[in-house]
Amino acid sequence: MADNRAETVPFRGGGFKHKPAVAVSMMVFVVLILFWEFGSRTGFISNLVLPAPSEAFTAFLQLIETDMLWKHLGASLQRLVLGWTFGTLLGVGVGLLIGLFSIVRAGLSPLVSALFAIPKIALLPLFIIWFGIGEGSKVATILFGTFFPTVIATYGGVDNVDRSLIRMGQSFGLTWLSIVRKIILPGALPAILSGFRISASIGIILLVAAEMIGAEFGVGAYILLAGSLMATDQLIAGVSILSLMGLTMAWIIGKAENYFLKWRM
Amino acid sequence: MDLQLNNITHAYGDMAVLEDINLTIGGGEIVCIVGPSGCGKSTLLRLIGGLERPGSGEVLLLGQPPKSSLNPLTYIFQDFALLPWRTVEGNVSLALEDHPLSKQESQEIINDVLSRTHLSDFKKALPRQLSGGMKQRVAIARALAVRPSVMLMDEPLSALDSQTRELLMEDLIDLWTRESFTAIYVTHNLQEAVRFGHRIVVLSRRPGRVREIVKIERELDDRGGDNAELDEVQHHLWELMRDEARAADRELLNG
Repeated sequence: MADNRAETVPFRGGGFKHKPAVAVSMMVFVVLILFWEFGSRTGFISNLVLPAPSEAFTAFLQLIETDMLWKHLGASLQRLVLGWTFGTLLGVGVGLLIGLFSIVRAGLSPLVSALFAIPKIALLPLFIIWFGIGEGSKVATILFGTFFPTVIATYGGVDNVDRSLIRMGQSFGLTWLSIVRKIILPGALPAILSGFRISASIGIILLVAAEMIGAEFGVGAYILLAGSLMATDQLIAGVSILSLMGLTMAWIIGKAENYFLKWRM
Repeated sequence: MDLQLNNITHAYGDMAVLEDINLTIGGGEIVCIVGPSGCGKSTLLRLIGGLERPGSGEVLLLGQPPKSSLNPLTYIFQDFALLPWRTVEGNVSLALEDHPLSKQESQEIINDVLSRTHLSDFKKALPRQLSGGMKQRVAIARALAVRPSVMLMDEPLSALDSQTRELLMEDLIDLWTRESFTAIYVTHNLQEAVRFGHRIVVLSRRPGRVREIVKIERELDDRGGDNAELDEVQHHLWELMRDEARAADRELLNG
Protein backbone atom coordinates (compact mmCIF):
# COMPACT_ATOMS: atom_id res chain seq x y z
CA MET A 1 0.00 0.00 0.00
CA ALA A 2 2.59 2.55 -1.04
CA ASP A 3 0.31 5.54 -1.26
CA ASN A 4 2.29 8.70 -0.70
CA ARG A 5 -0.53 11.19 -0.70
CA ALA A 6 -0.30 13.61 2.24
CA GLU A 7 -3.42 15.18 3.62
CA THR A 8 -3.91 17.39 6.62
CA VAL A 9 -5.97 15.76 9.30
CA PRO A 10 -9.40 17.39 9.00
CA PHE A 11 -10.22 19.62 11.94
CA ARG A 12 -13.08 18.22 13.99
CA GLY A 13 -12.78 20.11 17.24
CA GLY A 14 -14.42 23.32 18.34
CA GLY A 15 -18.08 23.75 17.55
CA PHE A 16 -19.58 23.91 21.01
CA LYS A 17 -17.51 26.83 22.18
CA HIS A 18 -19.17 30.23 22.57
CA LYS A 19 -17.62 33.23 20.90
CA PRO A 20 -18.59 36.74 21.96
CA ALA A 21 -20.73 38.46 19.34
CA VAL A 22 -21.94 41.81 20.65
CA ALA A 23 -22.98 42.94 17.19
CA VAL A 24 -25.50 40.11 16.95
CA SER A 25 -27.17 41.02 20.25
CA MET A 26 -27.52 44.62 19.11
CA MET A 27 -28.74 43.54 15.69
CA VAL A 28 -31.56 41.44 17.14
CA PHE A 29 -32.85 44.44 19.07
CA VAL A 30 -32.54 46.81 16.16
CA VAL A 31 -34.11 44.44 13.62
CA LEU A 32 -36.97 43.59 15.95
CA ILE A 33 -37.79 47.24 16.63
CA LEU A 34 -37.46 48.20 12.97
CA PHE A 35 -39.77 45.35 11.97
CA TRP A 36 -42.27 46.41 14.61
CA GLU A 37 -42.14 50.09 13.48
CA PHE A 38 -42.49 49.04 9.85
CA GLY A 39 -45.42 46.76 10.71
CA SER A 40 -47.22 49.55 12.56
CA ARG A 41 -46.71 52.08 9.81
CA THR A 42 -47.97 49.80 7.08
CA GLY A 43 -50.94 48.77 9.19
CA PHE A 44 -49.75 45.18 9.26
CA ILE A 45 -49.72 45.48 13.04
CA SER A 46 -52.92 47.21 14.13
CA ASN A 47 -52.42 50.23 16.34
CA LEU A 48 -55.07 48.86 18.64
CA VAL A 49 -53.05 45.75 19.28
CA LEU A 50 -49.66 47.33 19.68
CA PRO A 51 -48.56 50.96 19.34
CA ALA A 52 -45.54 51.73 17.21
CA PRO A 53 -42.20 52.00 18.99
CA SER A 54 -42.01 55.61 17.88
CA GLU A 55 -45.29 56.34 19.65
CA ALA A 56 -44.05 54.69 22.81
CA PHE A 57 -40.92 56.75 22.51
CA THR A 58 -42.96 59.92 22.13
CA ALA A 59 -44.87 58.99 25.26
CA PHE A 60 -41.54 58.55 26.98
CA LEU A 61 -40.36 61.99 25.81
CA GLN A 62 -43.61 63.43 27.09
CA LEU A 63 -42.83 61.94 30.46
CA ILE A 64 -39.51 63.75 30.46
CA GLU A 65 -40.97 67.04 29.27
CA THR A 66 -43.66 67.10 31.93
CA ASP A 67 -41.04 66.21 34.56
CA MET A 68 -43.15 63.24 35.52
CA LEU A 69 -40.40 60.76 34.72
CA TRP A 70 -38.34 61.74 37.76
CA LYS A 71 -41.38 61.76 40.00
CA HIS A 72 -42.36 58.24 38.97
CA LEU A 73 -38.84 56.89 38.75
CA GLY A 74 -37.76 58.58 41.99
CA ALA A 75 -40.69 57.15 43.93
CA SER A 76 -40.08 53.67 42.49
CA LEU A 77 -36.34 53.70 43.05
CA GLN A 78 -36.75 54.85 46.61
CA ARG A 79 -39.09 51.95 47.38
CA LEU A 80 -36.93 49.48 45.52
CA VAL A 81 -33.66 50.57 47.11
CA LEU A 82 -35.10 50.65 50.62
CA GLY A 83 -36.90 47.32 50.32
CA TRP A 84 -34.10 45.54 48.52
CA THR A 85 -31.33 46.85 50.77
CA PHE A 86 -33.04 45.90 54.01
CA GLY A 87 -34.38 42.65 52.55
CA THR A 88 -30.97 41.49 51.40
CA LEU A 89 -29.14 42.72 54.51
CA LEU A 90 -31.55 40.86 56.76
CA GLY A 91 -31.46 37.91 54.37
CA VAL A 92 -27.68 37.66 54.44
CA GLY A 93 -27.72 37.97 58.24
CA VAL A 94 -30.35 35.29 58.78
CA GLY A 95 -28.76 33.11 56.07
CA LEU A 96 -25.43 33.27 57.88
CA LEU A 97 -27.05 32.38 61.20
CA ILE A 98 -28.76 29.39 59.59
CA GLY A 99 -25.51 28.39 57.90
CA LEU A 100 -23.43 28.68 61.06
CA PHE A 101 -25.62 27.52 63.95
CA SER A 102 -27.34 24.15 64.04
CA ILE A 103 -30.01 25.39 66.43
CA VAL A 104 -30.97 28.31 64.21
CA ARG A 105 -30.97 25.99 61.21
CA ALA A 106 -33.26 23.52 62.91
CA GLY A 107 -35.57 26.32 63.98
CA LEU A 108 -35.69 28.57 60.95
CA SER A 109 -34.92 26.64 57.80
CA PRO A 110 -38.31 24.85 57.61
CA LEU A 111 -40.00 28.18 58.32
CA VAL A 112 -38.06 29.85 55.53
CA SER A 113 -39.00 27.09 53.10
CA ALA A 114 -42.65 27.38 54.11
CA LEU A 115 -42.77 31.16 53.70
CA PHE A 116 -40.61 31.32 50.58
CA ALA A 117 -43.28 29.62 48.51
CA ILE A 118 -45.98 32.16 49.40
CA PRO A 119 -46.37 34.82 46.69
CA LYS A 120 -45.78 38.03 48.59
CA ILE A 121 -48.32 39.79 46.37
CA ALA A 122 -50.99 37.67 48.02
CA LEU A 123 -49.95 39.14 51.36
CA LEU A 124 -50.15 42.72 50.14
CA PRO A 125 -53.60 43.37 51.70
CA LEU A 126 -52.21 42.16 55.02
CA PHE A 127 -49.15 44.37 54.65
CA ILE A 128 -51.46 47.32 53.99
CA ILE A 129 -53.28 46.61 57.25
CA TRP A 130 -49.99 46.21 59.12
CA PHE A 131 -47.86 48.93 57.59
CA GLY A 132 -50.43 51.36 56.18
CA ILE A 133 -51.45 52.14 52.62
CA GLY A 134 -48.50 54.48 52.13
CA GLU A 135 -44.84 53.67 51.63
CA GLY A 136 -44.66 51.13 54.46
CA SER A 137 -46.65 48.36 52.80
CA LYS A 138 -44.83 48.80 49.49
CA VAL A 139 -41.37 48.68 51.00
CA ALA A 140 -42.43 45.75 53.19
CA THR A 141 -43.61 43.76 50.17
CA ILE A 142 -40.26 44.20 48.45
CA LEU A 143 -38.39 43.56 51.69
CA PHE A 144 -40.14 40.25 52.32
CA GLY A 145 -39.90 39.23 48.70
CA THR A 146 -36.14 39.76 48.53
CA PHE A 147 -35.46 38.45 52.04
CA PHE A 148 -36.25 34.78 51.44
CA PRO A 149 -34.28 34.10 48.26
CA THR A 150 -31.31 35.86 49.88
CA VAL A 151 -31.56 33.68 52.98
CA ILE A 152 -31.59 30.55 50.87
CA ALA A 153 -28.73 31.69 48.62
CA THR A 154 -26.63 32.68 51.64
CA TYR A 155 -26.94 29.52 53.65
CA GLY A 156 -26.50 27.45 50.52
CA GLY A 157 -23.28 29.39 49.94
CA VAL A 158 -22.10 28.80 53.50
CA ASP A 159 -22.84 25.09 53.17
CA ASN A 160 -20.78 24.94 50.01
CA VAL A 161 -17.64 26.54 51.39
CA ASP A 162 -14.75 24.14 50.89
CA ARG A 163 -14.54 22.09 54.12
CA SER A 164 -10.80 21.61 53.66
CA LEU A 165 -10.30 25.38 53.95
CA ILE A 166 -12.25 25.48 57.20
CA ARG A 167 -10.21 22.54 58.51
CA MET A 168 -7.07 24.44 57.53
CA GLY A 169 -8.26 27.48 59.47
CA GLN A 170 -8.94 25.34 62.52
CA SER A 171 -5.56 23.64 62.24
CA PHE A 172 -3.82 27.02 62.35
CA GLY A 173 -5.74 27.90 65.49
CA LEU A 174 -7.73 30.75 63.92
CA THR A 175 -10.49 32.11 66.11
CA TRP A 176 -14.10 31.30 65.26
CA LEU A 177 -14.69 34.86 64.16
CA SER A 178 -11.63 34.83 61.92
CA ILE A 179 -12.78 31.64 60.24
CA VAL A 180 -16.21 33.14 59.60
CA ARG A 181 -14.85 36.48 58.41
CA LYS A 182 -11.86 35.33 56.37
CA ILE A 183 -12.89 31.90 55.10
CA ILE A 184 -16.65 31.35 55.23
CA LEU A 185 -17.86 34.80 54.14
CA PRO A 186 -15.59 35.18 51.12
CA GLY A 187 -16.24 31.55 50.23
CA ALA A 188 -19.99 32.10 50.30
CA LEU A 189 -19.82 35.41 48.43
CA PRO A 190 -20.26 33.98 44.90
CA ALA A 191 -23.53 32.32 45.96
CA ILE A 192 -24.68 35.46 47.81
CA LEU A 193 -24.06 37.63 44.76
CA SER A 194 -25.94 35.31 42.46
CA GLY A 195 -28.75 35.43 45.04
CA PHE A 196 -28.66 39.23 44.62
CA ARG A 197 -29.31 38.83 40.91
CA ILE A 198 -32.46 36.85 41.60
CA SER A 199 -33.65 39.10 44.40
CA ALA A 200 -33.18 42.20 42.23
CA SER A 201 -35.60 40.92 39.61
CA ILE A 202 -38.04 39.77 42.27
CA GLY A 203 -37.78 43.25 43.77
CA ILE A 204 -38.81 44.91 40.50
CA ILE A 205 -41.72 42.54 40.00
CA LEU A 206 -43.02 43.19 43.50
CA LEU A 207 -42.44 46.91 43.15
CA VAL A 208 -44.87 47.11 40.25
CA ALA A 209 -47.40 44.91 42.00
CA ALA A 210 -47.25 47.01 45.15
CA GLU A 211 -47.50 50.28 43.24
CA MET A 212 -50.66 49.10 41.57
CA ILE A 213 -52.47 49.54 44.88
CA GLY A 214 -52.81 53.03 46.26
CA ALA A 215 -49.78 54.74 44.79
CA GLU A 216 -49.91 58.19 43.27
CA PHE A 217 -46.44 58.05 41.76
CA GLY A 218 -44.23 55.23 40.67
CA VAL A 219 -43.60 53.35 37.45
CA GLY A 220 -46.18 50.74 38.48
CA ALA A 221 -48.81 53.42 39.09
CA TYR A 222 -48.00 54.99 35.73
CA ILE A 223 -48.42 51.65 33.96
CA LEU A 224 -51.67 50.92 35.78
CA LEU A 225 -53.10 54.31 34.83
CA ALA A 226 -51.97 53.90 31.22
CA GLY A 227 -53.59 50.47 31.16
CA SER A 228 -56.92 51.64 32.47
CA LEU A 229 -56.96 54.48 29.91
CA MET A 230 -55.95 52.04 27.18
CA ALA A 231 -52.99 54.33 26.49
CA THR A 232 -50.89 51.51 25.18
CA ASP A 233 -48.07 53.81 24.08
CA GLN A 234 -47.58 54.92 27.67
CA LEU A 235 -47.88 51.34 28.83
CA ILE A 236 -45.06 50.25 26.56
CA ALA A 237 -42.98 53.25 27.66
CA GLY A 238 -43.52 52.28 31.32
CA VAL A 239 -42.66 48.65 30.72
CA SER A 240 -39.49 49.71 28.90
CA ILE A 241 -38.48 51.75 31.94
CA LEU A 242 -38.87 48.63 34.09
CA SER A 243 -36.79 46.65 31.66
CA LEU A 244 -34.06 49.30 31.77
CA MET A 245 -34.17 49.22 35.56
CA GLY A 246 -33.62 45.47 35.45
CA LEU A 247 -30.73 45.85 33.02
CA THR A 248 -29.12 48.52 35.19
CA MET A 249 -29.37 46.40 38.32
CA ALA A 250 -27.91 43.39 36.52
CA TRP A 251 -25.09 45.61 35.29
CA ILE A 252 -24.35 46.92 38.78
CA ILE A 253 -24.32 43.42 40.23
CA GLY A 254 -22.09 42.30 37.37
CA LYS A 255 -19.66 45.08 38.27
CA ALA A 256 -19.78 44.03 41.91
CA GLU A 257 -19.04 40.44 40.90
CA ASN A 258 -16.09 41.55 38.79
CA TYR A 259 -14.75 43.49 41.73
CA PHE A 260 -15.34 41.06 44.59
CA LEU A 261 -14.70 37.85 42.67
CA LYS A 262 -11.57 38.93 40.81
CA TRP A 263 -9.83 35.89 42.30
CA ARG A 264 -12.12 33.55 40.37
CA MET A 265 -11.46 34.74 36.83
CA MET B 1 8.78 19.33 72.50
CA ASP B 2 8.05 15.68 71.82
CA LEU B 3 4.87 13.91 70.87
CA GLN B 4 3.84 10.63 72.40
CA LEU B 5 1.03 8.41 71.17
CA ASN B 6 -0.30 5.93 73.69
CA ASN B 7 -2.50 3.02 72.60
CA ILE B 8 -4.35 4.99 69.97
CA THR B 9 -7.40 3.09 68.76
CA HIS B 10 -9.99 4.63 66.52
CA ALA B 11 -13.11 3.54 64.70
CA TYR B 12 -15.65 5.16 62.40
CA GLY B 13 -18.90 3.59 63.49
CA ASP B 14 -18.33 -0.17 63.45
CA MET B 15 -15.28 0.09 61.23
CA ALA B 16 -12.03 -0.04 63.17
CA VAL B 17 -9.43 2.07 61.39
CA LEU B 18 -6.54 2.19 63.87
CA GLU B 19 -5.57 -0.23 66.57
CA ASP B 20 -3.16 0.22 69.42
CA ILE B 21 -0.68 2.66 67.94
CA ASN B 22 2.26 3.58 70.17
CA LEU B 23 4.87 6.02 68.98
CA THR B 24 7.16 8.77 70.24
CA ILE B 25 8.27 11.53 67.92
CA GLY B 26 10.53 14.49 68.45
CA GLY B 27 14.02 15.93 68.40
CA GLY B 28 14.18 17.16 64.85
CA GLU B 29 13.42 13.75 63.45
CA ILE B 30 11.27 12.99 60.44
CA VAL B 31 8.96 10.04 60.85
CA CYS B 32 7.34 8.72 57.71
CA ILE B 33 4.12 6.76 57.98
CA VAL B 34 3.43 4.39 55.11
CA GLY B 35 0.77 1.78 54.60
CA PRO B 36 -1.71 0.46 52.06
CA SER B 37 -4.58 2.73 51.10
CA GLY B 38 -7.33 2.98 53.67
CA CYS B 39 -5.09 1.91 56.54
CA GLY B 40 -5.82 5.06 58.52
CA LYS B 41 -2.60 6.99 57.84
CA SER B 42 -4.37 10.28 57.35
CA THR B 43 -6.74 9.60 60.23
CA LEU B 44 -3.73 9.07 62.46
CA LEU B 45 -2.34 12.44 61.39
CA ARG B 46 -5.66 14.15 62.12
CA LEU B 47 -5.69 12.56 65.58
CA ILE B 48 -2.15 13.74 66.24
CA GLY B 49 -2.93 17.34 65.33
CA GLY B 50 -6.18 17.44 67.29
CA LEU B 51 -8.50 17.71 64.30
CA GLU B 52 -10.21 14.53 65.47
CA ARG B 53 -10.56 12.87 68.86
CA PRO B 54 -9.21 9.32 69.20
CA GLY B 55 -11.72 6.66 70.20
CA SER B 56 -9.37 5.58 72.95
CA GLY B 57 -5.78 6.20 73.90
CA GLU B 58 -4.12 9.59 74.03
CA VAL B 59 -1.79 11.91 72.20
CA LEU B 60 0.55 13.63 74.65
CA LEU B 61 2.70 16.69 74.24
CA LEU B 62 5.86 16.19 76.29
CA GLY B 63 7.43 19.41 77.42
CA GLN B 64 6.56 22.98 76.53
CA PRO B 65 6.76 24.11 72.94
CA PRO B 66 9.29 26.94 72.51
CA LYS B 67 7.82 30.38 73.18
CA SER B 68 8.43 31.51 69.63
CA SER B 69 6.19 28.76 68.28
CA LEU B 70 2.84 30.25 67.28
CA ASN B 71 1.17 26.99 66.30
CA PRO B 72 3.09 23.99 67.66
CA LEU B 73 1.31 21.38 65.53
CA THR B 74 1.02 22.60 61.97
CA TYR B 75 -0.35 20.78 58.94
CA ILE B 76 0.64 20.73 55.33
CA PHE B 77 -2.28 19.36 53.35
CA GLN B 78 -2.35 17.30 50.21
CA ASP B 79 -4.73 19.75 48.51
CA PHE B 80 -2.71 22.80 49.66
CA ALA B 81 -5.77 24.44 51.27
CA LEU B 82 -4.93 27.95 50.10
CA LEU B 83 -7.58 30.66 50.13
CA PRO B 84 -8.19 31.40 46.44
CA TRP B 85 -9.15 35.02 47.18
CA ARG B 86 -5.88 35.83 48.92
CA THR B 87 -2.50 36.46 47.37
CA VAL B 88 0.55 34.38 48.25
CA GLU B 89 1.45 36.94 50.87
CA GLY B 90 -2.12 37.08 52.17
CA ASN B 91 -2.28 33.33 52.54
CA VAL B 92 0.86 33.29 54.66
CA SER B 93 -0.34 36.25 56.67
CA LEU B 94 -3.63 34.46 57.44
CA ALA B 95 -1.78 32.16 59.83
CA LEU B 96 -0.27 35.14 61.67
CA GLU B 97 -3.25 37.48 61.91
CA ASP B 98 -4.70 36.00 65.08
CA HIS B 99 -1.43 36.40 66.97
CA PRO B 100 -0.29 39.55 68.74
CA LEU B 101 2.39 40.57 66.25
CA SER B 102 3.15 44.06 65.04
CA LYS B 103 2.71 44.77 61.33
CA GLN B 104 6.45 44.94 60.96
CA GLU B 105 7.07 41.66 62.78
CA SER B 106 4.62 39.75 60.63
CA GLN B 107 5.98 41.36 57.47
CA GLU B 108 9.46 40.21 58.48
CA ILE B 109 8.23 36.67 59.09
CA ILE B 110 6.40 36.66 55.75
CA ASN B 111 9.45 37.92 53.85
CA ASP B 112 11.66 35.40 55.58
CA VAL B 113 9.51 32.34 54.84
CA LEU B 114 8.81 33.44 51.28
CA SER B 115 12.50 33.79 50.57
CA ARG B 116 13.20 30.40 52.16
CA THR B 117 10.65 28.81 49.83
CA HIS B 118 11.85 30.84 46.80
CA LEU B 119 8.55 32.69 46.51
CA SER B 120 9.70 36.28 47.03
CA ASP B 121 8.90 37.21 43.43
CA PHE B 122 5.36 35.86 43.70
CA LYS B 123 4.11 37.77 46.74
CA LYS B 124 1.18 39.36 44.92
CA ALA B 125 0.18 36.35 42.83
CA LEU B 126 -3.17 34.64 43.38
CA PRO B 127 -3.30 30.85 43.85
CA ARG B 128 -5.01 30.30 40.48
CA GLN B 129 -1.94 31.78 38.78
CA LEU B 130 0.40 29.26 40.40
CA SER B 131 1.31 25.73 39.42
CA GLY B 132 0.68 22.89 41.86
CA GLY B 133 4.28 22.89 43.01
CA MET B 134 4.21 26.60 43.71
CA LYS B 135 0.93 26.27 45.59
CA GLN B 136 2.43 23.64 47.85
CA ARG B 137 5.45 25.92 48.39
CA VAL B 138 3.05 28.61 49.59
CA ALA B 139 1.50 26.11 51.98
CA ILE B 140 4.96 25.18 53.23
CA ALA B 141 5.82 28.86 53.68
CA ARG B 142 2.58 29.34 55.62
CA ALA B 143 3.48 26.40 57.86
CA LEU B 144 7.00 27.68 58.46
CA ALA B 145 5.64 31.12 59.35
CA VAL B 146 4.05 29.89 62.57
CA ARG B 147 7.30 28.15 63.61
CA PRO B 148 5.81 24.74 64.36
CA SER B 149 7.37 22.31 66.80
CA VAL B 150 6.05 19.43 64.74
CA MET B 151 5.03 19.58 61.08
CA LEU B 152 2.21 17.25 60.16
CA MET B 153 2.50 16.53 56.46
CA ASP B 154 -0.41 14.71 54.85
CA GLU B 155 0.82 13.38 51.49
CA PRO B 156 2.14 16.84 50.61
CA LEU B 157 3.54 15.79 47.24
CA SER B 158 0.83 13.38 46.10
CA ALA B 159 -1.10 15.94 44.05
CA LEU B 160 1.97 16.91 42.03
CA ASP B 161 3.58 15.48 38.93
CA SER B 162 6.75 13.47 39.35
CA GLN B 163 9.18 16.20 38.30
CA THR B 164 7.66 18.79 40.59
CA ARG B 165 7.64 16.18 43.32
CA GLU B 166 11.37 15.67 42.91
CA LEU B 167 12.06 19.42 43.03
CA LEU B 168 9.94 19.92 46.09
CA MET B 169 11.49 16.98 47.84
CA GLU B 170 14.91 18.57 47.30
CA ASP B 171 13.53 21.83 48.71
CA LEU B 172 12.16 20.05 51.77
CA ILE B 173 15.48 18.31 52.40
CA ASP B 174 17.25 21.61 51.94
CA LEU B 175 14.94 23.31 54.44
CA TRP B 176 15.48 20.53 56.95
CA THR B 177 19.27 20.54 56.50
CA ARG B 178 19.47 24.26 57.12
CA GLU B 179 17.26 24.18 60.18
CA SER B 180 16.07 20.80 61.35
CA PHE B 181 12.42 20.41 62.28
CA THR B 182 10.38 17.53 63.61
CA ALA B 183 7.87 16.19 61.14
CA ILE B 184 5.41 13.39 60.63
CA TYR B 185 5.18 12.66 56.95
CA VAL B 186 2.31 10.52 55.75
CA THR B 187 2.73 9.08 52.28
CA HIS B 188 1.88 6.10 50.15
CA ASN B 189 5.02 6.66 48.11
CA LEU B 190 7.81 4.41 49.42
CA GLN B 191 10.47 6.28 47.49
CA GLU B 192 9.55 9.51 49.26
CA ALA B 193 9.58 7.67 52.55
CA VAL B 194 13.13 6.34 52.18
CA ARG B 195 14.27 9.69 50.89
CA PHE B 196 12.87 11.84 53.69
CA GLY B 197 12.37 9.59 56.70
CA HIS B 198 14.70 8.99 59.60
CA ARG B 199 12.26 6.38 60.75
CA ILE B 200 9.59 4.75 58.64
CA VAL B 201 6.53 3.37 60.36
CA VAL B 202 4.80 0.68 58.32
CA LEU B 203 1.12 0.29 59.10
CA SER B 204 -0.85 -2.84 58.29
CA ARG B 205 -4.07 -2.69 56.33
CA ARG B 206 -7.25 -1.69 58.10
CA PRO B 207 -7.43 -1.65 61.05
CA GLY B 208 -3.98 -0.05 60.95
CA ARG B 209 -1.42 -1.46 63.37
CA VAL B 210 2.27 -0.73 63.50
CA ARG B 211 3.86 -3.62 61.60
CA GLU B 212 7.42 -2.53 61.67
CA ILE B 213 9.52 0.56 62.23
CA VAL B 214 12.47 0.87 59.88
CA LYS B 215 15.34 3.17 60.78
CA ILE B 216 17.58 4.77 58.17
CA GLU B 217 20.84 6.18 59.53
CA ARG B 218 22.10 7.89 56.39
CA GLU B 219 21.89 11.71 56.39
CA LEU B 220 19.04 13.25 54.37
CA ASP B 221 21.33 15.29 52.12
CA ASP B 222 23.29 12.16 51.30
CA ARG B 223 20.35 10.23 49.89
CA GLY B 224 20.17 11.58 46.35
CA GLY B 225 20.92 9.57 43.22
CA ASP B 226 21.16 5.80 43.09
CA ASN B 227 21.79 4.24 46.38
CA ALA B 228 21.88 0.50 46.95
CA GLU B 229 21.18 0.80 50.65
CA LEU B 230 18.03 2.88 50.14
CA ASP B 231 16.88 0.65 47.32
CA GLU B 232 17.15 -2.28 49.64
CA VAL B 233 15.12 -0.54 52.34
CA GLN B 234 12.50 0.41 49.78
CA HIS B 235 12.38 -3.16 48.54
CA HIS B 236 12.00 -4.41 52.10
CA LEU B 237 9.12 -1.97 52.69
CA TRP B 238 7.41 -3.13 49.56
CA GLU B 239 7.80 -6.78 50.62
CA LEU B 240 6.14 -5.87 53.90
CA MET B 241 3.30 -4.10 52.21
CA ARG B 242 2.64 -6.00 49.01
CA ASP B 243 0.23 -8.61 50.30
CA GLU B 244 -1.49 -6.11 52.54
CA ALA B 245 -1.87 -3.68 49.68
CA ARG B 246 -3.31 -6.38 47.46
CA ALA B 247 -5.76 -7.48 50.12
CA ALA B 248 -6.71 -3.85 50.79
CA ASP B 249 -7.26 -3.29 47.09
CA ARG B 250 -9.67 -6.21 46.88
CA GLU B 251 -11.65 -5.15 49.89
CA LEU B 252 -15.18 -3.90 49.30
CA LEU B 253 -15.64 -0.35 50.46
CA ASN B 254 -17.83 -0.05 53.54
CA GLY B 255 -18.02 -3.85 53.44
